[in-house]
Amino acid sequence: MPSTWWLKRKSYFMFMVRELTCLFVGGYALFLLILVSQLNDADGFAALLKNPLVIVLQVIALPMVLYHTVTWLNLTPKVLVIWRGESRVSPVLIAAAHYLAWLVVSVIILWIVSMYR
Amino acid sequence: MAKSNEPIWWSLFSAGGVVAAFFFPITIIITAIVCSADWISAAGLQKLAGHSLARLYLFVLISLPLFHWAHRFRYIGMDLGLKSLSGILPVVCYGAALLGTGLAVFFLVWA
Repeated sequence: MPSTWWLKRKSYFMFMVRELTCLFVGGYALFLLILVSQLNDADGFAALLKNPLVIVLQVIALPMVLYHTVTWLNLTPKVLVIWRGESRVSPVLIAAAHYLAWLVVSVIILWIVSMYR
Repeated sequence: MAKSNEPIWWSLFSAGGVVAAFFFPITIIITAIVCSADWISAAGLQKLAGHSLARLYLFVLISLPLFHWAHRFRYIGMDLGLKSLSGILPVVCYGAALLGTGLAVFFLVWA
């Protein structure tokens, strides 16, 4: 099979985009690793965060990581099938609960960071 | 049935997927947009990273997503034409994630 099979259909293409989000997930983890290597160097730490190339890469990575989040959370009802008595808890409700948890967690992290301005 | 390491790598992939899904977007916003707009200073973030809970957070956000990348890239790399590397690709991918995890422990605990 030629390695361009995923360009043949939109659904194949979106599958490939989802899989390729892993490059941005891994790339940002690598960035965090480089960042923590500078923890004892105040100038290096600040210089890395203010590097224009680093900022541009993060702005590119953000939509890809958001796509990872959305595709991951949308799969939660498939993984988590909950029964209440005889009836199955609605898949929409399970996904919505995860989106809500994501929002709450994000706000809490932003709140903690904002105390260290 | 033949013994396989697959469940270990899949579990780490899955855990990394959850961590990246929940924590990466807000963390990217903090390190990219917030810092560049000077809403939060680099010095403030560095001070926060002095806390052991913040260090645990950073460790989890480095290690598990690296395993997520390693597992996904191992398989998608094959689909994109790296089939000739099928023997070495898992070693390189999981090896890189293990190395990154070791370096994260070094920087966050010892250095």
